[in-house]
Parts: sequence; structure tokens; C-alpha cells
Amino acid sequence: MTDLTSLTLADARTALLEKRFSSMELTGALLSAIEAARPLNAFVTQTPERALAMAAESDARLARGEARSLEGLPLAIKDLFCTKGVRTTAGSRILETFVPPYESTVTQNLWDAGAVLLGKTNMDEFAMGSSNETSYFGPVANPWRADGSNQNLVPGGSSGGSASAVAADLCLAATGTDTGGSIRQPAAVTGTVGLKPTYGRCSRWGIIAFASSLDQAGPMTKTVRDAAILLRHMASIDPLDSTSVDVPVPNYEDIVDAGVKGLRIGIPKEYRVDGAPPEIDALWQKGADWLRAQGAEIVEISLPFTKYALPAYYIVAPAEASSNLARYDGVRYGHRARDVRDIGELYERSRGEGFGQEVRRRILIGTYVLSAGYYDAYYARAQKVRTLIARDFDAAFAHCDALLTPATPGPAFALGEKTQDPVSMYLNDIFTVTVNMAGLPALSVPAGLTMGGLPLGLQVIGKAFDEAMVLRIGRALELAAQFRVKPKAWWLS
Amino acid sequence: MNAPAKSSKYIRGESGDWEVVIGLEVHAQVVSKAKLFSGAATDFGAPPNSQVSFVDAGMPGMLPVINRRCVEQAIRTGLGLRAKINRVSVFDRKNYFYPDLPSGYQISQYKQPIVGEGEVIIDLPGGETATVGIERLHLEQDAGKSLHDQHADYSYVDLNRAGVALMEIVSRPDMRCADEAVAYLKKLRAILRYLGTCDGNMEEGSLRADVNVSVRRPGAELGTRCEIKNVNSLRFIAQAIEYESRRQIEIVESGGKVKQETRLFDSRAGETRSMRSKEEAHDYRYFPDPDLLPLELDAAWIKAIEASLPELPDEKKARFIKDYGLSAYDAGVIVAERELADYYEAMARGADAKLAANWLNNEILGRLNKQGLSIGDCPVSAEANHAIIAMTSDGTISGKIAKDLLDIVWSEGGDPRAVVEARALRQVTDTRAIEEAVERVIAANPDKVAQAKAKPKLAGWFVGQVMKETGGKANPQAVNAVLKARLELPEEG
Repeated sequence: MTDLTSLTLADARTALLEKRFSSMELTGALLSAIEAARPLNAFVTQTPERALAMAAESDARLARGEARSLEGLPLAIKDLFCTKGVRTTAGSRILETFVPPYESTVTQNLWDAGAVLLGKTNMDEFAMGSSNETSYFGPVANPWRADGSNQNLVPGGSSGGSASAVAADLCLAATGTDTGGSIRQPAAVTGTVGLKPTYGRCSRWGIIAFASSLDQAGPMTKTVRDAAILLRHMASIDPLDSTSVDVPVPNYEDIVDAGVKGLRIGIPKEYRVDGAPPEIDALWQKGADWLRAQGAEIVEISLPFTKYALPAYYIVAPAEASSNLARYDGVRYGHRARDVRDIGELYERSRGEGFGQEVRRRILIGTYVLSAGYYDAYYARAQKVRTLIARDFDAAFAHCDALLTPATPGPAFALGEKTQDPVSMYLNDIFTVTVNMAGLPALSVPAGLTMGGLPLGLQVIGKAFDEAMVLRIGRALELAAQFRVKPKAWWLS
Repeated sequence: MNAPAKSSKYIRGESGDWEVVIGLEVHAQVVSKAKLFSGAATDFGAPPNSQVSFVDAGMPGMLPVINRRCVEQAIRTGLGLRAKINRVSVFDRKNYFYPDLPSGYQISQYKQPIVGEGEVIIDLPGGETATVGIERLHLEQDAGKSLHDQHADYSYVDLNRAGVALMEIVSRPDMRCADEAVAYLKKLRAILRYLGTCDGNMEEGSLRADVNVSVRRPGAELGTRCEIKNVNSLRFIAQAIEYESRRQIEIVESGGKVKQETRLFDSRAGETRSMRSKEEAHDYRYFPDPDLLPLELDAAWIKAIEASLPELPDEKKARFIKDYGLSAYDAGVIVAERELADYYEAMARGADAKLAANWLNNEILGRLNKQGLSIGDCPVSAEANHAIIAMTSDGTISGKIAKDLLDIVWSEGGDPRAVVEARALRQVTDTRAIEEAVERVIAANPDKVAQAKAKPKLAGWFVGQVMKETGGKANPQAVNAVLKARLELPEEG
């Protein structure tokens, strides 16, 4: 039965419909795998009883021939999605005991399609981090280790728990959220597929906010096809989210195999950064060659404002976060400091105790850049940079259908390696943030291993609401890369 | 007419005249069943925390969605204030911590309000008018209510009001004395009530005013202003302005400088007290709310709202002066409330309009005021009053009887015409009956007859006696004529 866990979403779907095994069996196998993988610390909360109950209902529906699109397929959900009756922490002490009385739109869509909830995955606190080390519930380990090494590596972040769970076959697929790269960067360093949809494609309702103008939910899967399947069921037009965009959601799965023949793929020259490992450049070149070999035309394009994206991101995101996180004040829910004298002390101590260091740092940065006298110099300028970045992409897309870039500047790094240097940690997002600033869809696809045997990913960036194109190109890369390696299950020993 | 508010009401200080400059920021609660960004109800007086949605409570992952009805009300109000409606406006977050502000920010409009410049024409004593400029009107959320008197050690919070839509209406500093400020607020309230956009109830807090006061030498540059917060009645506004202007004059005259600060009005002591200085003022860190798109208004919708506007007080007043021949003063009093104006029109139609106005202002309003009732609670219908006036005009009853008749109908109800018949209140114009009564009075008072002949002014005493004799039903003109003839008094008496 251990085989069941390594199935893709698409294959498990077929097998369930063909009644080769039940959702109960599949769910049971994954629950056991989760139990056995505790050393990875990928889950903050496991929901085995709920999972089995949902699986039982799915089996009944399958038996009646009333299967819905994701019937009986077990998923892991990032702990940033509010799940009704299931603790939702955002990886923070301040929400350690918070149980939402409502369900996020995205997860509701998934349950309505018949999916099964395995549990809530670990993440950087409030999605702030690139290594999953800022979680109050401890770091997540990457299932991958360098060849011949016993050193634990980070799974990337902030959706590190979801990435680790998918890579280690603890779920068929998972949800993530991506504010500056939080889906694509962990996907890249764990050898999984991660898609950040266009801003407005998936509803943000019920997802705990980090930076509202950048946050977007997306799928984290084993294959590009699975990403296509899951995205279709996560996406919806939601009247409860004013930034949800009324663009029809196509059946992406129908398009993934359309191939890249005749497409023009842009290579942005500004993504060649000094000091990047030669392996990254080589992989990028390889990716371009793969697409050319399948009939695409490769063109060099320019995104001149790229270098301003990361600094502007680290103004906009903390600014919005400083305001979004003001509600965690110890008054109505969440952690409340004991034995306080007055309201000022209640705020200071509840928030001081409830938030970790990185969250506190970003609240301070955000508060500073919005302050009277600094707003124009920082926030207003950063917003102008955003407009310029969006124009860059508009201009580029006049010459090509999509862009190809590396997903990360390097492979997974060791736990603790970058925690003392926030700037080097922030640089992990150098290839991913630009896309968030422009609101575009982008996909990370596993494309190869480093010399040391660690996964690396390539990123495909598309036009707004053209996830279909991104998935098509991603699928072409996946076919060419033949990335079939799995991490050794060291956590079982 | 319509000159900018200017008054000779300078305040005399030790060193000469001072001019007070007043501007008002009025918070008017929008008449709407649901809140500005949530579907929760807005009924006044509901049990604490019974009208609170997850959005209002600032729960994690909740998002605001604009209530179209509230936007419509703001547009309607803007049009009623003859103001510019901004086709694009932006909602901003005003960030500060307080337990009755669940999200840690208030959604308001900062740089781009929904309504721009407009004006209010205020009615001054003696029928004069003046114009007060409106700087802007914007939509924002109300906060909840902190209750500090429920428990010895804790403060309680009621969030029923949190998220209720308010219109903040900011005037220009165009008022020069407390009377003008009161007249402005009265007129603004009348307009809002006519429009049905705010019920104007100051006791329930649906209309609250912050008063900005400064003093200067007549014609000089504006002085430093103080803002007096939340003054919740017309009387208190007048008191607060009187006190504050005196306070500031004393400071300046004794060589000091007025400090810019926020002050509170203590209605018990009748004085203003410092709340916080400019240095202690909050830095609200305004920035556009990323959860909401800019509010874009359709020109056709604005037009449709404009077409549905009712006749407003100023237009109605002009029409009453023109069509009914009312004095500016009478017309001003009657149009102050829409219900009153409607009542008047129902009463005056086909009757002596001036008589109707006097009747309404003196008799009806007099009785209502005495009983603390509003026109809506008037026990006598406009139609009944119409009948009374008509009977007075055509001589069926005397003016004196009319008042008695009103008292009867007021306390006992009934159709005035039927009451007149049933109680035989018809005016006696029959000369013989009057002559008989005159004879009886003369016979009983021979000494008075002699005195009256010497002093014709005593004839009035006889009129009174005859009226008494006839139960007030005699036509006073007829009595006069008969008496004069009988007592052989000169025509001019």
C-alpha cells in the first residue's frame, strides 16, 4: 500500500474512479506517511479523523457514481487558509489556539469538489520568510539532503510545509500562498511544481493576510498536470473579495499538453545576476534549449526595472503587513498577555510575546515607511516602481508569449545558514518578487539537480490571466527535464 | 442675500475686538440597513455585540466589500449640498490601536473623497441667509463603543457600531459666532433628513460634530485653532464655542499663544479641556486600502440619483415665499423639517396660506413644544386643521373658538366640523342675539355705562362681557358695532 502515496493527483483520480482502491485506503496511507514523517515537521495540525470522515463520504459518492472532480483526493492545506473548526495558526504563537468559525473560499471550493483535508502545513510565521525557519512551530526540514550529507536543509518558504509534504509524498498535492515567491521558491528547492496564479484569480477571502496587494493562493503539486487540475478548483470569482477578478476559469488540464511549437519565449537579460552559481545559468540555458527543441522561438528581452523590484517589495509588503497585523492585539482572540496593568501594556506584551522576530522586524519596517514625512520617500515611490515594473512586462509581452527565468538563485541551504542575515535571506526572492509586484502568473518547475544532488527549478512567467500558457510551457519543460528523482526517505530511519 | 457668513458679532476683549472663526466636521451616520463594508445590521439599541459580522470583528482573513447603498447615500448627500461628485475616489486605512477598532485601522477616505466642494445656505434670525462652504464629504467606518463602567477592573467593548457607515462632512471655516454654527448644523441636519441619508438624531449619536475654533483680530490672518471633539447637542456646541473663544482670547490677551490641540467639551462644567496636543497627535499612517479597488462611479447612476432628489429646504422655502406669500422667517421655520412642510402644505391647500402659517407656527407648534412632541406625533391631522382654518376664514367660527376647537380635537379627537355642530360653536352673527346680550350686560352694569361714555376705551370691557355672555361665539366685529351704536360711542374708539 505504500505505493499509493507516490501517486500523482491525476493518477489517483483515475484509480479512484476505476475503484482500484478506496479513498479511505489512500487517505489512510497518507496519514501513516505523515505520522512517519514527523521529523520533517511539515504539519502544524493533523486532522486524521476529519480526513477519514471525508474519505468515507467520498467513497460513498464514488460508489454511487456521484464523484465530483476531486472526489476522495487527499490534500494538505497551508496553515494560512482558515478552515472552519480546524485550528489555523499562520505559523504564529499569536494564533496558536485560533479556530476559525469560517472556511476560506479556496478551501471551500476544494471541499465542494470532493477533496479530503489531511491537515494544515507548517509555514513561516504570517508567510514572512524564505526558509520556514520563522515558524513558531519550529522549522520544516527539506526531504532532500545533499548527496552523502546528513545535514538538514530548509524547504524554502514561506510554504515550506506544503512543499516538504508534497516532495515527501505525504499528500497528493497542497495549497500554498505566494506574496514574493512563497510558492515558487519552496517548490524549486524541493523538486516540486508550484504555481502562483494572476493576482485576483483565487479569492483571498479567508486567507490570513500578509500583504494584501501581493498575496495569492496557488497549487503545489508533483506534476504540471496536477497544478492545472488543482488550480481550476482553487480559482473562482468571489463577491466577498473585491480584488477578485471576473475572468472565466478555463479547464487548464485540457491545455497542458498543447506543446510550445510556434511560441515565443522571452529570456530577460536582467535576470543574469553577478555571482549567481554557474549551475543556475547552465540550467536556464538548458531550459531554453529544451523549449527551442520543441519548436519554440527564444528571444532576448529586457525588463530594465527588475533591479528595483526587491527593494520596492520590501517596502510595500511590510507596509501592508504592518496594517494587516494590527488586528492581532490580544483583545478579541489569539494570544493575550497575562497580568497587564492597562491597555497599552496589553498591546505591547501580547504582540511582543505573540509575534516572532521576523514579523516584528517587518511590522517595524512597515510602520516606518508609512510614517508621516516618510510616506512619499518610501511607500509612494515603491508604488511608482510597481507601475514601472508592470510596464516592463507589458512591453516584453509585446514580443513574446511568456518568459523563462531561473526560479531561485541557488538550491536549498542549511538550517540556520541565513537566519542571522535578513538581507541574504531576502535575496532568495530575487527572481520571484518581480512577478508579484506586477500581479502576473508564474510557475516553478523542477528542472534538474545540482552537482550535490539538490533540486533546482525554472520559472515560467505569463501574461495576466494566462495561466494556461504558463502551464503549457511548464509541461514542455517537465517533459524535457524528465525529473523523476525522489528524495531518499531518511526520516524513516 | 447669500453673502458669505459675516457678522458684526465680534467679541470685546480687554484690548479690543476679536473675531471668532469656526469650522465644523460633522459625522453623519448613513441611513442604511447594513454596514459600510459588511452585511451586519445597523439598528440602534440592539443588545451589545449582536450586530457584528466577522469583518466587523476584524477576524483573520476577512475582507471588506463596499455597500452600494451607502455609496448611493453619499452621492445623494453630495448632490443635496450642491457639491462636486468625484467620479473616482479612494478608500484609505487610518491606522491606530484602540480596543473598539477591531482591525487596528479605520477604513476612510483621505486624499480622494467621494464628494468635493459644495455649500450650505444657513438661515439667520430676521430671515437673512449666509453661505457656508463645504470642503468635502467622505465615507468612513464608525468605531465600536468602549464601556468603562460595566466592571471594576475591565473595560467592555460593544462592536454593534463598528463598521457602520458615516459621512464626514467638513465645512470651510466660514462661521463667525455660535449662532451661525448652530444655524449651519440645523440646516445641514434638515438637508440630510430631507434627503433621507441621515436621521440627524443627535441623542442617539447619528449626528456628531467636532468643532474647530480659532480667534483673530477682525480681518487678520487665521489664528491657531483648537478642535473640540464630539459635541453632541446644539446647545453644547454653542456653549463650547462661547467658552473656547473666550479662553483663547484670554490667552492671547495675556501675552500667551494658543496651542494647537484637540480638546474635549465637558458639558457638566461647561468648559473645554485639553485632550492631546499636536505633539501627541497620532500618526495615522494613511495608505490606500489594498483590499478595496478605487471607487469608480458611473455618470448615469449619478444622474439617476440626481433625478430622484426631493425638493430641498431652500427650494421649498423659496416656493413657499412665492406661492403662499409667507415671510422669509415663517417659511424658514416651516421648511426646517420635511414633515412640517408637508403638514403645512396639506393644511394650507385651498385655505388662507398666511393664516395657515400663523396657525401652524403659533398654535400647533406651540402645543407640540409644550408636550415635547414632534409634528409626526401631532394628534390633529393636517386635514382637520385645514377645516378649522377654513371655518375661521369664512366666519363659521371665531378665532377664539378656533383655538378652543383645536383644544377639543387635540384631546378628544373628532371631525372639527362635526364638533362645531354638536357643541353649537358656530359664531353668532345674528344681530338680534347680540343686541339681546348687549342689553343684558348694560342692564347689569349701569355704572360702567356712564364710565364708558366718559372714557370710550372702556368699551373693550363691554366686548369681553358680551363675548362671555355668548359663550365666545359672538362675532367680535358685530359685537363692537352693536355696542358702539348702543353706547353712542364715536366711530373711532
